[in-house]
Amino acid sequence: MTTPHAEAANNTLPYEPEKATLEGRNKVLGFWLFLGGEAVLFGTLFATFLALRNQTNDGPTANELFHLPLVAAATFILLVSSLTSVFAIQAMHRNRPALLRNWLLVTVGLGLGFLILEIYEFSQYIRHEEFGMTTSAFSSAFYTLVGFHGAHVAFGILWIFVLILQMSRKGLTVVTAPKVYVSAIYWHFIDVVWVFIFTVVYLLGKVG
Amino acid sequence: MAQAAHTLNPSKPLGHGHSVKRHTGLMDWITTVDHKKIAILYLIAGGLFFGIGGFEAILIRIQLIKPMNSFLDAQTFNELITMHGTTMIFLGVMPVIFALMNAVIPLQIGARDVAFPFLNALGFWTFLFGGILLNLSWVMGGAPDAGWTAYTPLSTSTYSTTHGVDFYTIGLQIAGLGTLIGGINFLATIITMRAPGMSFMRMPMFAWTTFITSAIILFAFPAITVGLVLLTFDRIIGANFFEVGAGGNPILWQHIFWIFGHPEVYILILPAFGIISEVIPTFARKRLFGYSSMVFATILIAFLGFMVWAHHMFTTGLGPVANALFSVSTMLIAVPTGIKIFNWLLTMWGGQVRFTTPNLFAVGFIPTFTMGGVTGVMLASAPADFQFHDTYFVVAHFHYVIVGGLVLGLFAGLHYWWPKMFGRMLSEKLGKWTFWTFILGFHLTFFVQHFLGLMGMQRRVFTYLPNQHFDVLNLVSTIGAFLMGVGMIIFLTNIFLTSRKPADAAADPWEDGRTLEWSIPSPPPEYNFKQTPLVRGIDAFWKEKTAGHTEMTPAEPVGSIHMPSATMLPFLMSVGIFIAGLGFMFSRDEFKSDFVGFMFNNYLVTAIGLLITFGSMLMRSLFDDQGWHIEPEELEGEQI
Repeated sequence: MTTPHAEAANNTLPYEPEKATLEGRNKVLGFWLFLGGEAVLFGTLFATFLALRNQTNDGPTANELFHLPLVAAATFILLVSSLTSVFAIQAMHRNRPALLRNWLLVTVGLGLGFLILEIYEFSQYIRHEEFGMTTSAFSSAFYTLVGFHGAHVAFGILWIFVLILQMSRKGLTVVTAPKVYVSAIYWHFIDVVWVFIFTVVYLLGKVG
Repeated sequence: MAQAAHTLNPSKPLGHGHSVKRHTGLMDWITTVDHKKIAILYLIAGGLFFGIGGFEAILIRIQLIKPMNSFLDAQTFNELITMHGTTMIFLGVMPVIFALMNAVIPLQIGARDVAFPFLNALGFWTFLFGGILLNLSWVMGGAPDAGWTAYTPLSTSTYSTTHGVDFYTIGLQIAGLGTLIGGINFLATIITMRAPGMSFMRMPMFAWTTFITSAIILFAFPAITVGLVLLTFDRIIGANFFEVGAGGNPILWQHIFWIFGHPEVYILILPAFGIISEVIPTFARKRLFGYSSMVFATILIAFLGFMVWAHHMFTTGLGPVANALFSVSTMLIAVPTGIKIFNWLLTMWGGQVRFTTPNLFAVGFIPTFTMGGVTGVMLASAPADFQFHDTYFVVAHFHYVIVGGLVLGLFAGLHYWWPKMFGRMLSEKLGKWTFWTFILGFHLTFFVQHFLGLMGMQRRVFTYLPNQHFDVLNLVSTIGAFLMGVGMIIFLTNIFLTSRKPADAAADPWEDGRTLEWSIPSPPPEYNFKQTPLVRGIDAFWKEKTAGHTEMTPAEPVGSIHMPSATMLPFLMSVGIFIAGLGFMFSRDEFKSDFVGFMFNNYLVTAIGLLITFGSMLMRSLFDDQGWHIEPEELEGEQI
């Protein structure tokens, strides 16, 4: 295990270590480009959902289905996890690996909490509301859009967890720093997507 | 503590002293991350699929050679037209485009490699396994038969009961992933890896069109991925996106398909524009006329390309306002395209034009592509389109832009850069035979189809009744198709004969090379540039030549060069996705063997495939690629 004092004493890690090497800069740039593609991916899913959101095929409608308190709690958890990932990156820039690891663990934990709430929500719909993938065009669009986001959260949790393990072995270096940095960008991205889901799927579903 | 200090020292050259493991033979090709070798892999795979697609085209034309022909039945014919279109676009010409991009772009911008060599290999292998999956449909229960556009509801499980369309959706998702990765790689490469002095406005036009094409790929491919996922869900797990009975909407598929599909057309043609913009100045011994207007036109075409998708849907009943808007935006594209045509003509004007094989293809491209562009403007007029829609007029139009535009451009590029890729000049004599047979065959095949369409022959019909004035024109068209086939055979013969000659091409074999790739040996060493060149203007190498220099001015002293390690992981990841795709596709089938049924029906095959893929990703993440170094002494050893 590395200790924060070792890095501070050496003071060899440059400021913004994620951009210290060409590989690191390429990784950050390439990841932003990838997120551009992801934005189109979710944009298409949102468009599909908006086109089909009232096609309930005599099944449950959005208004009957959604319970905002649960979704609001999930939203709050995910937004806070975005904040904690900012703290993690700040810890990285101040070259404090232990603090970085702790904030990443908090982020992963909150992500897991969000995911559990979402799985609970889905299971409620399927078991008690008879609202499954095949119920209506609305249900297909709902599960596909929200499920794609959920899968992204799950992937992000696994990814950041692997990075935590890796840093415990290799420490914070110019090789590991870009990975942590892009995982944080990714985490913010899925957070922003969720803000749109909360608005377009849940809030609009309640009023429209 | 000691270990931490060790890993934290960034001044320690990564991987210094590592002995590099060099693979040979097949392993070398499977594990390579060298963009020049990946280019050759793309060329071989793309060429193979292009051959399959071409063979399918010949079968289609034999069936249509005379009225009421019984050479093929209707089902086989539908499968052939679907697979011909899908194979040619996604698996034939796009990989050959990527072959040229990989072979040329790093050299043209003065880079030692692409930004992401690992992803570059991954992009190739996912494309290849997606293509193999799609083509396996021929031997695994029937090819897709709903047309390359796979319109719903025809492509839903109600009307396409075999696994054909599943092969289409899952194969294209996997292949599309490879394309997306390639697009991101070239965007990053062009943004960050340019040699000192090469500003954006000093980049060769092919680098520019690759850059813009990659941007279109990035924003267009995710849309089709979503469309294919939705169709897969409808077909395999019973979702209702396109099922009218459960509230779905079939027109939604058309929107999603064409939001991708129209930009895809520009993904195909812009690289050809880039190739033509390299070949014509070289053989006119003049700089490209209107360089900045070319750049502007390329960007404008890409932008407008996203604004016109509904012109494929004029007859679905979007209403007069939408039709009028999409008509106008479509016609607007003719303006930047026209700028390009005139720029090429004015580049040749007053130049010392040499009609080598690449230049013949480039010059043949201009009028041929323009004809396709003119019929495009005709089709853009919504009222007229109601007459043209789904007739052979449309078939003629898109073959004029794709074959007469892109394929002629690819031929020009392949003949032009062949010596750079392989160190051998293709035979000029056979090359000229290729050109004349191919272009005459092309016009013979497709020119008459304009008139067939205007006379009312529908596209996608497997036969037609006699005495409708279709007979002679169809016969002519089929003869032309065979002539194109002859052109392809001459081209392959040329490649074969050339491969038996010694690799003795000069660094600048056309003698008038203008861009950086001609300043290094043919084929280039694996590190491309011994010293990164200093770029002092547009057409960097030509500028040095006119200043009396024989080589580029270096921008750095000779030093140790860092190289990425060869790896098996991209190949394994793609194998994993391939297995997962097959597993998902057959998850609802019944099997004779209980064990096989158990494996497929419980998604275990899918799980194994995903495990291989994610396991490989984990390996990649946990074991950092340190790379290896080529030392200056080794550089001196090679003749540069």
